Amino acid sequence: MNKWTRRTFIGAGTVAGGGFLLGVAGFTFAPGRHTLVGEDASEKGQLTTWITVTPDNVITVLIPHCEMGQGTLTALAMMAAEEMEADWSMVRVLEAPALGEYANGYVVRAAGGDYIPAVMARGVDYGSFKAAQWFGFQVTGGSTAVRSTGEYGMRVAGAAAKEMLLSAAARQWGVPAADCAARASRIVHAASGRSAAFGELARTAATLPVPTSPALKEPDTFTIRRTSPPRLDIPPKVDGSAVYGIDFTTPGMLYAALEIAPVQGGRLTSVDAAPAEAMPGVRQVVGLEEAVAVVADSFWRARRALAALKPVFDDAGHGAVSTTSIFAAFDAALGPPPEMPAGAARVVTADYRVPFLAHATMEPMACTARVEGDGAEVWTGVQDPLNARSVAAKALGIKPEQVRVTNLLLGGGFGRRLPFNFDYVDLAVRIAKAVSPVPVKTIWTRENDIQHDYYRPAAMSRHAGALDAGGAPLAVKSHYTGGGNGEAVFMPYAITDTGAEEKEANHPIRPGQWRSVLNSQHGFFKESFIDEMAHAAGKDPYEFRRALLGNRPRFKAVLERVAAMANWGAPLPAGEGRGIALCESFGTIVGEVAHVAVSAEGGLRVRHVYAAVDCGDVVNPDSATAQVEGAIVFALSAAMLSEITIAGGRVVETNFRDYPMIHLAEAPRITAEFIRSDATLGGLGEPIVPPLAPAVTNAIFAATGVRVRNLPIRNQAAAVGLTPSPDTRSAPPPTGGSPAR
Amino acid sequence: MAITFTVNGQEQSLDVEPQMPLLWALREQLGLTGTKFGCGISACGACTVHLDGRPVRSCVLPVSAVDGKTVTTIEGLASHGVLHAVQEAWIAHQVPQCGYCQSGLIMAVVGLLAQNPAPSDDQIDAAITNICRCGTFARVRRAIHSLAQRGKATS
Ligand code: FES
Ligand code: FES
Repeated sequence: MNKWTRRTFIGAGTVAGGGFLLGVAGFTFAPGRHTLVGEDASEKGQLTTWITVTPDNVITVLIPHCEMGQGTLTALAMMAAEEMEADWSMVRVLEAPALGEYANGYVVRAAGGDYIPAVMARGVDYGSFKAAQWFGFQVTGGSTAVRSTGEYGMRVAGAAAKEMLLSAAARQWGVPAADCAARASRIVHAASGRSAAFGELARTAATLPVPTSPALKEPDTFTIRRTSPPRLDIPPKVDGSAVYGIDFTTPGMLYAALEIAPVQGGRLTSVDAAPAEAMPGVRQVVGLEEAVAVVADSFWRARRALAALKPVFDDAGHGAVSTTSIFAAFDAALGPPPEMPAGAARVVTADYRVPFLAHATMEPMACTARVEGDGAEVWTGVQDPLNARSVAAKALGIKPEQVRVTNLLLGGGFGRRLPFNFDYVDLAVRIAKAVSPVPVKTIWTRENDIQHDYYRPAAMSRHAGALDAGGAPLAVKSHYTGGGNGEAVFMPYAITDTGAEEKEANHPIRPGQWRSVLNSQHGFFKESFIDEMAHAAGKDPYEFRRALLGNRPRFKAVLERVAAMANWGAPLPAGEGRGIALCESFGTIVGEVAHVAVSAEGGLRVRHVYAAVDCGDVVNPDSATAQVEGAIVFALSAAMLSEITIAGGRVVETNFRDYPMIHLAEAPRITAEFIRSDATLGGLGEPIVPPLAPAVTNAIFAATGVRVRNLPIRNQAAAVGLTPSPDTRSAPPPTGGSPAR
Repeated sequence: MAITFTVNGQEQSLDVEPQMPLLWALREQLGLTGTKFGCGISACGACTVHLDGRPVRSCVLPVSAVDGKTVTTIEGLASHGVLHAVQEAWIAHQVPQCGYCQSGLIMAVVGLLAQNPAPSDDQIDAAITNICRCGTFARVRRAIHSLAQRGKATS
């Protein structure tokens, strides 16, 4: 199995014709895949796989992605509606069911190797993907929805539907289709003044063949895209009616609470079920290989009974693993700093460390399952319902077709609910099997969630850089370990002698994809180090970067824009500073400037974060801005506060008290601007994250002269001359249930 | 012993352990799943409801504590199908992302504005301590200020 590298990217493009994304999406949305309609298509007004128009003029767009609050459903529907010339107020969305027909990212096997979407490639890196297996994916991750499904699926579907409606009208009126036009959900024939609504034409249109390469609109004729209609998923989120995975309820359902082997890979050695079985409401104690569960008639009773158990787990031989031992192994693996060219006027070296991180989605993991005979039903929230179906089937020893998965809203994803991370589905179906045929909802506590995540890997890098006598960089190289490899090490700067070499240092803490994946570590490493190089050269960190971007106009434009937004260079009071960082990931270039203030009284405050973003084009500017705002807060929690530590092979942190988050009071002002370029659409959910941490630490350096090389920043508070101001805001109210504040 | 209280205008009687947290009584006994579980230790605010008009974190409040009292959940905020002004502002400012924390946030903000119709930024900071992993805080603040403005305009 090839790893995902720049080289295979180009290779895949050559093989599949015109770029990797086109390769994958071209397969997913190959002509045949637009025409999956039922026998009753005409009756229902189903024009293509993805678009149905009913006589009441309602247009329903089927979306093969899940909604996690990123606005995907709305953005994709906008892309279809735009091409269709629809009246936006009549557009509705429906998430596609978990069936192979609606897969959005089949593994593509091209000549010369296996090519898989980048987001999946991480699964390969992490060894959970078997080369011989072919999976169906219906994944929402890797910031791919708009740029692959939208570009190659929804646009084509909308344009095809429009052509079919045009043909239907033209036939009916006996005029050439070319003389008709679509406008606001109507087909009009200007010469005769005739017009018909989409709803009147859909049944006839649905009998026509689906055009396979309909003409797409030019961007300067867009009327729906580039505007900001309200997101379709928001109204049910303000009145309590939205149903998340954890909310699913079905008659007769029981509840399960879970204790999982505290050391990853550990096994349940023994448990005396009697104390729990004697408690009210308890149905059964279920011993699993790696966990024990109590099934009861309410979650609280299940939890209380679970607490009465004293299960014994083994530690899978990992009982001595700790954060200290892992970083000691990293340090040893990195060896001496990379060699620098002879004749350098100045050599700079630095080590950087980032911790393990949990996703801590606001909704803890939850999954309801009902197993009966050789069939099963599953209700949950996942970033890939098709893969979840396979996981459930495998756990039960049945075929995927024998499992029905209903995907509900996700209370946050951030990568936790991606394929290969479906332990919560796997456990829930095994528990349900033990009490078959009763449906059981397994709810993870926040403690389960924090202690049994697939963690953003801890990582360390050892950088060396060389400057000539004039302060120009001759070389920048690094050894890194822990974070895996990838394009994340790429730097846009014109430095001739560069290189990043991965060193092996294994540990048993299970890794996962965390919003922006490898870029979250490497963005911090490389943008911290280039800042250190600028300082060593005696140059302004913005000017130093800018001078190295002569051949990279998009990067340069982003850097210049964010510097202008932040008023870079304007004097600041003592104790304040600005820091800048520039990263590309998921096809999007992002520059960020953080403005921080550091004082003994006020502590460390990130006052304002500016972001300039080139993701090609923006479908819905307001919801894109919301993504930027949210991602900056998400990244700031990680940079300032978050750390998963390991002791005795176990995760130490338990809940939001010791795994704290940024609150409203600490949230900075945020200003975001988008640069429209003619580049291929990039992602948006993730690329905002990587530049944030280095922008903040670079700003701390500008304000205090202290270089923070290890995250989270709160551990370095003393070095910055501050007393740490940790999670006081998560402190409990004085008595249980006192007013929330 | 049955515990009797009013939820969203309706009297309810529950025969459950008095220590059962109100959160689980609402979600599982009464089917009001709009109130969310986020931490169970009063650290996140996802479970915020109103007890006699004041916001409380229901995950640590034993159901016995509401005996004879009045509870309002997110489902009871709209009246006769008309959204509360805070809910309207949440749509106007497109506040929710994943939305999971928003029931609790909205209940906390309704509680704040009932006490202080035009809070300053510092007062907002002190009162709204809910966790939102999606990071919707900029819009939360904007929506609160818009409501304060509206309050001023109509008073
Ligand atoms: S669930 Fe109650 S405060 Fe978090
Ligand atoms: S909107 Fe997702 S946690 Fe707040």
